[in-house]
Amino acid sequence: MNRLEDSFALGLAARGKAARFSPALYITAPLAAILFQVYVPRFFDALSYLELPLLVAIYFALMRRKPASGAFIGCLIGLAQDALSPHPLGMNGISKTLSCYFAASLSLRFDVENPVLRFILGFFFYLFHEFFFWSLSRGLLGRQVDFPIPQSVISAFLNAVVAAALFSFLDRFRRED
Amino acid sequence: MDSFLGRYRNLSVLLLLVVGQLLLLAYQIRSSQDVPLIRIWAVAAVAPMARGLEAARAAATGFFSDYFLLRDVRAENARLKKELGELRLRNHFLSAELASAERARALEQYRARIPSKTLPARVIGAGAGADTRTVFVDRGASDGVQKGMAAITPEGIVGKVIAAYPMAALVQLITAQGAAASVVSQNSRVRGALKGTGAALCLVDHVQNKDPLAPGEWFFTSGHDRVFPRGLPVGQVTLVREGRGGKEVLVEPSALKAPVEEMLIVLDGVHGLIPPPGQPAAEGVSLLPPPPAEGASEPAAPAPNSGALTDADRLAERYRRLTEAQGVQLGVKGRIADFTREPPAAPAAAPKPEPPLP
Repeated sequence: MNRLEDSFALGLAARGKAARFSPALYITAPLAAILFQVYVPRFFDALSYLELPLLVAIYFALMRRKPASGAFIGCLIGLAQDALSPHPLGMNGISKTLSCYFAASLSLRFDVENPVLRFILGFFFYLFHEFFFWSLSRGLLGRQVDFPIPQSVISAFLNAVVAAALFSFLDRFRRED
Repeated sequence: MDSFLGRYRNLSVLLLLVVGQLLLLAYQIRSSQDVPLIRIWAVAAVAPMARGLEAARAAATGFFSDYFLLRDVRAENARLKKELGELRLRNHFLSAELASAERARALEQYRARIPSKTLPARVIGAGAGADTRTVFVDRGASDGVQKGMAAITPEGIVGKVIAAYPMAALVQLITAQGAAASVVSQNSRVRGALKGTGAALCLVDHVQNKDPLAPGEWFFTSGHDRVFPRGLPVGQVTLVREGRGGKEVLVEPSALKAPVEEMLIVLDGVHGLIPPPGQPAAEGVSLLPPPPAEGASEPAAPAPNSGALTDADRLAERYRRLTEAQGVQLGVKGRIADFTREPPAAPAAAPKPEPPLP
């Protein structure tokens, strides 16, 4: 148990060590994620459960280890996603802003490079994002929408699996600060 | 204030962003209006990439579609070619079968028409050796085939049986070297001995230079060789020229213009008639006599015994007319008929003029 806690807890050496990325990656990765969400489900409907923009935003928030930056990244990606969706602007923006803020806050305390923790964080933040989005829809827009828990859990699991792989892939473009 | 913002910078940013977006949402909900500018920017950023992706996808799909289509076309082409080959083969086989059936039918009709007793036979192989001009037929001694029997077709004589085995017989074609037949020409009644040369044409020996003979004239068997019954077509003269010992005459055997597949073995030959000059050789074509002239009376019915087909029939008819004219009854003791006298003329309905017997 101690080893597991040690592996999740951020070591002294790693604490405060933020990753840097090429500016191009901050543009291309979210764009590719949004493009994937816009384009691919046309042909593969089963892939519509993938929330790649959220996963990319969470990744940047976790790796930047700065809640303000994370919130800013989440806001921009969420607004861009809203702009291409039928929802009012801000629905995804607020959800992702909060998700990324909390993700960045957690990254200050945990070793977010651990694949298991990444999986857990992906699972948790997906559910958090969906739940918050559902809350905003009901509370602010007054829409009578359901929150199917089993389906959301399954989607969260699948997104967590993809998140673990995606985060490892994006690590290749990381530059240590 | 600065220290407060510095201490709670992250929270401040979060609050700023969330409140800003909440205001944006509130504006949209209150005014029921969109914020087109942000959407335009987003769409303008994403649309070109989506268009590029779509073009790439369409190109890739088209390429693979064409590729698989071409693969299908190639496979279909190969299948159709194979099917065409099979159909051609089948067509060839059926054509050969049809031709064989037609030949067999013609042979059967010819067999029923001629007075000789014949046996149909099919060629099953060629004789061994180069240019032997012999063929094996599927009839042998067990079918009554004997050495020396004639082999004929409706087109003419084919050759002679030179060996009879229990289940097969070897027939020497008339074109083979050493093969011979006694022949007579149709128009000028020139007699000669047809000899095989080993080539496609046969030579007719013993034709005098003074004998009138022209290319195109038909030769028929004369029956003197005691192999081929008289009156069978042999072939047409293709070349006539005068030589030192007589005319050199070349004849193309009519039965061997094409490879022989079926033939008739003459088991019991009966001499026939040589067609009168001007009448084409049988050659498998049956021609009716010319129609009667306008106003002419109906031809009389043929006499009961006028349908003479063989020499024996004709001889019996001749004797019958002779004895009837002389008032002598055959088979009864008494006066003997004078058989040296010519019999009275045959009735008008007599079928054909009888050529003089050789």
